Amino acid sequence: MNGFDHWALTAAVFLPLVGAVLVGLVPKTDETLQKAIALVTSLVVLADGAYLLARFDYGNSSALQFEVNRHWIDAINSRYHIGIDGISLPLLLLSMFITVLCVIYSWDHFPEPHNPKAFLMLMLVLEVGMNGTFAAQDLILFFVFFELVLLPMYFMIGVWGGANRQYASIKFFLFTLFGSALMILGFLALYFKGGQTFDIPTLINQGGAIAHATQLWIFAGLFMGFAIKVPMFPFHTWLPDAHTEAPTVGSVILAAILLKLGTYGFIRIAIPILPEAAKSWAPWIGGLAVIGIIYGALACLAQKDLKRLIAFSSVAHMGFVMLGIATLTSYGINAAVFGMVAHGLITGMLFFLAGSIQERFHTREISRLGGLLVQAPQLGWILGFCAMASLGLPGLAGFWGEFPAILSSYQPAAGLSEPLFRFYMVVASVGTVFAAGYLLWMYQRTAFGVPKEEFEHSHIHDVHGPEWIAWAPLLALIVVLGVYPHLLFHVTDGAVNTVTAAFKAVGN
Amino acid sequence: MNTLLRNAWLIPAIPVLSFVLIIFFGKRLPKKGSEIGVAALGISLVLSIATAVAWISRHPVGEGHEKFRHAVDHNLFTWFSMGGTDVRFGIHVDGLTVTMLFVVTLVSFLVHVFSTEYMKGDRRYTHFFAALSLFTSGMLILVTAATTLQMILGWEIMGLCSFMLIGHWWEEQANSDAALKAFFTTRTGDIGLLVGVSVLFFAADRTFNAAKINELALDGHMSHWALLMGATALFVAVIGKSAQFPLHTWLPDAMAGPTPVSALIHAATMVVAGVYLVARMYGVFWSAFSIGAEGHAGVNPIAIIGGITILIAAALAFVQADIKKVLAYSTVSQLGYMIMGLGVGAWTGAVFHIFTHAFFKAGLFLGAGSVSHSGSHHSFDMKKDMGGLKKHMPITYWTFVVCSVALAGLPILAGFWSKDEILLGAGSNGYTAFLVVGLIGAAMTAAYMTRCVYLTFHGEARGNAAEHHPHESPPAITGPLVVLASLAAVSGLLNAPGFELFGKLNLNEVFAHAGIPEHHFSLLYAGGSTLIALLGITAGFLWYFRQLGPHGITERSRLLRAGYVFLDQKYFLDVLYTDYIIGGIKGPIPRAVYWFNQNVLDGVVNGVGVGARAVANFVYDVIDQKIVDGAVNGAGFSAEEGGSVLRVIQNGRVQSYAAVMFGVAAVSALALALIVSR
Repeated sequence: MNGFDHWALTAAVFLPLVGAVLVGLVPKTDETLQKAIALVTSLVVLADGAYLLARFDYGNSSALQFEVNRHWIDAINSRYHIGIDGISLPLLLLSMFITVLCVIYSWDHFPEPHNPKAFLMLMLVLEVGMNGTFAAQDLILFFVFFELVLLPMYFMIGVWGGANRQYASIKFFLFTLFGSALMILGFLALYFKGGQTFDIPTLINQGGAIAHATQLWIFAGLFMGFAIKVPMFPFHTWLPDAHTEAPTVGSVILAAILLKLGTYGFIRIAIPILPEAAKSWAPWIGGLAVIGIIYGALACLAQKDLKRLIAFSSVAHMGFVMLGIATLTSYGINAAVFGMVAHGLITGMLFFLAGSIQERFHTREISRLGGLLVQAPQLGWILGFCAMASLGLPGLAGFWGEFPAILSSYQPAAGLSEPLFRFYMVVASVGTVFAAGYLLWMYQRTAFGVPKEEFEHSHIHDVHGPEWIAWAPLLALIVVLGVYPHLLFHVTDGAVNTVTAAFKAVGN
Repeated sequence: MNTLLRNAWLIPAIPVLSFVLIIFFGKRLPKKGSEIGVAALGISLVLSIATAVAWISRHPVGEGHEKFRHAVDHNLFTWFSMGGTDVRFGIHVDGLTVTMLFVVTLVSFLVHVFSTEYMKGDRRYTHFFAALSLFTSGMLILVTAATTLQMILGWEIMGLCSFMLIGHWWEEQANSDAALKAFFTTRTGDIGLLVGVSVLFFAADRTFNAAKINELALDGHMSHWALLMGATALFVAVIGKSAQFPLHTWLPDAMAGPTPVSALIHAATMVVAGVYLVARMYGVFWSAFSIGAEGHAGVNPIAIIGGITILIAAALAFVQADIKKVLAYSTVSQLGYMIMGLGVGAWTGAVFHIFTHAFFKAGLFLGAGSVSHSGSHHSFDMKKDMGGLKKHMPITYWTFVVCSVALAGLPILAGFWSKDEILLGAGSNGYTAFLVVGLIGAAMTAAYMTRCVYLTFHGEARGNAAEHHPHESPPAITGPLVVLASLAAVSGLLNAPGFELFGKLNLNEVFAHAGIPEHHFSLLYAGGSTLIALLGITAGFLWYFRQLGPHGITERSRLLRAGYVFLDQKYFLDVLYTDYIIGGIKGPIPRAVYWFNQNVLDGVVNGVGVGARAVANFVYDVIDQKIVDGAVNGAGFSAEEGGSVLRVIQNGRVQSYAAVMFGVAAVSALALALIVSR
């Protein structure tokens, strides 16, 4: 371990903040400099991420690495404890990666009311929150980062959003805050019941020491916090509004990273610290997950707005992730982490496309679009590619989030009802057909056919420079991870086995 | 020789590479990418032949019925590993594999050559060849797959490519509808694939390896329940992919794609994938449905579905006006033979029928393409735009007739041998009812093909055939026709008595132990089925060529009229699926769900918000303003003017929302705290 290793993770978390401050110091008129600083900052953070990736010990992916454990708030025994294992590493990288692409994508088209300075600062502050959440190993620290993402996103939607932005941003903010209130209470309960510590690894190690009934209630609190963030049915109603109103980049970050904070919370905190409660809750979580899969898909079929459709598809896709988690098996949780990354890449990409389509046609109404392949063939092909990736075509990343989740539900962790989870398995499989339905009908209506009368003579320019630069890496990763899933599974597997160790011991 | 077998992965890899090259560089090449596709398939074909030779020259072990060759199971790399399970990406080569490799690469190669002429000037010529290559690679991945997971990969790549190719002319909605229909129907079946693969994975003690699963299924180490579930689920996928009743409806619509695609889909890829899956996982089906067990009931789901499909599809072939739809229903019906063959234990017969059917059906489709290309001016309507083409297109005519007779099953052409083996299997293994079904189907096949040949090539020229100067097609089209017709004529001899090369080719390690029976040529069956086929041809000849029999009876008899309408409407299955099932899934159900979302779920959320504001206003107006001192008044709620940046925060709405949301949270939190601190 060389000297920088101690600092690498802290740098990954706080460098964006430095960048945000620097952007803030630039005069408002000098937009190029602001953009340059933001881009360089996000690239430096990504480079730091590459360093982490290179130095990470994959043979020991279950252990916390690049760990820092320092005094922070002694009064409540909360420490500045950060570190990453095989579960957090991919998500951390995803967050850094998506931020860079968002800065590039925004380059030439900041949404109204423009103001790139504030927009970029918010984006960088968001990155602090996201990176911090994936690195935190202390509950209070986790909570601070977890909440930190709320404000920038609130302003992004509220200021740069669409017509109904006020309602959407307030709903987003309060809904998630409501969950957080219950979550922090769960954290406090853990503190008092778990030996007066907020340290996550410590709490995991003494797992099970808390009485079963108490565990159930604490889990309920954490569940509300995380489930709203995921979002799971029936707590998802903030999501379509937030996505529809958010500016393109906001939607991308929301879909690609923010939703993962919830599922990550389950895997990192709720399940390993409270294994017994997790087991009692798992059938219910699995049930809500498969309801979400079908419900989200059906709601998609009713949508007339492209962005709203993609938003509801997130409910369905996160249903697969939660189903994987609910099985409490190694296969299921590996699938969940893979599904999180895949959904980040694919749905992020879909939101980029929706934004670009809106920019060209000034509408997202599916029935007004048509013949995209005629007017902008590259855009049309990319949309088709992403639709196929999203419906879980093998060979593309989405499949490895879905299929292992289905597979794992055939044989959930010992003690969970097999017939029930097998029923979930079939329902989830039916969900894959519905996914094909809403995605391909959407594709047929937007891309096939000939352009509608109103756009017949308008000049639609095809994919341009910044779009290619922002999208090509995403498209490439979707293929690479789809063809060779080992790249990701071999990072997550070790760490996941630690999470599920508690469930195997019971007699599996 | 083993090097060849171990490197059989090259055969699917080459078309994948071809796909990538065509996509990225095709448009810049002189022949717009078609040269890459043709070359790639040419190389794959040569490699497939070499692999087949290598397989045949591999020494068999064992004696008599137990004689077999060791399959080559070669791991290439770790695809992924999780939870202690190592999932390898590997290839499996045995007789079935080399048979399929040869069929697929040969037909695909000929289709590529044919398309260079047939698709000339198409607006998406390059894209068409890219998709053809990928399509072929999907099937090749399937047939070389060592694991069920790789099979899913190949299976779904084909689904994607059939979508792309059926919808090739997507400007017209009818075409994109057909593409979606094909994708959805097969995808519905794929529920079974995902479930079945999962069930068998656990039943076989956590492995996807197909050979291992077969072995465990046959030696009785798997729970029968799991086997039955796994086999049933997989069979659902087969019904979708191989267009078996009741999910056959997508295949005739798939004719919306360019004709070479139809040839490829119907002969060598896609629909054959389902049959192949049963043949590959035969140990599972054999045990699960007790196909060969002593005292079986003479009936099982596989045979039933296959049998029904033979008859209902053959009946539909009589009422089609579109030549490609006749061939499409014929394919459905022939796939029924293959499935039924597998259901009655005639494994070799069914696989042999895949083999022979590929040649004559590809020949027929390409023949139909040739007719539309040069004879009927792009029309496929036999009744409106064809007739009398025999004298203008002699090569197309004679190759079409040879393929038709091969399909009808007259000796010594290909279909005769393979169909006969299936019938023989049904008769000898105690599935008598299905022998009868097969014979009826044979008569129907012979008759509808006679009708098809008559309407296309004989009689008076009609419509386009009369007006547009029909002529013979160029060599890039007739060449493949001649090759396919020759194979349709002689390929059946591969398994003729005294030769039986095909049986030897397929000596299979797993099945040799299971005692899956091999039957030898029987003059009784051969003579019987020949007679039946001749009967069908004669009936067709008399009815269509000689105009004998009660023509127009469907107009006169109400009962027969109803029967005709029933057939014409395709048993009303499309109405059921499209209008009722899809209509429901697309329309009212999502609307209801979305209404629930907006009004019930969101109603609760908004209700909390509104209630919160009411309480907040009460707190603010009554308690704060009137009771608490004015100095304190409004201090916390003074943000009403709003900021230019924070313009969302207006009217104190956020504050009042927040106040009560926090109130609600605090109450819940308190409750939780009380319970937790017990």
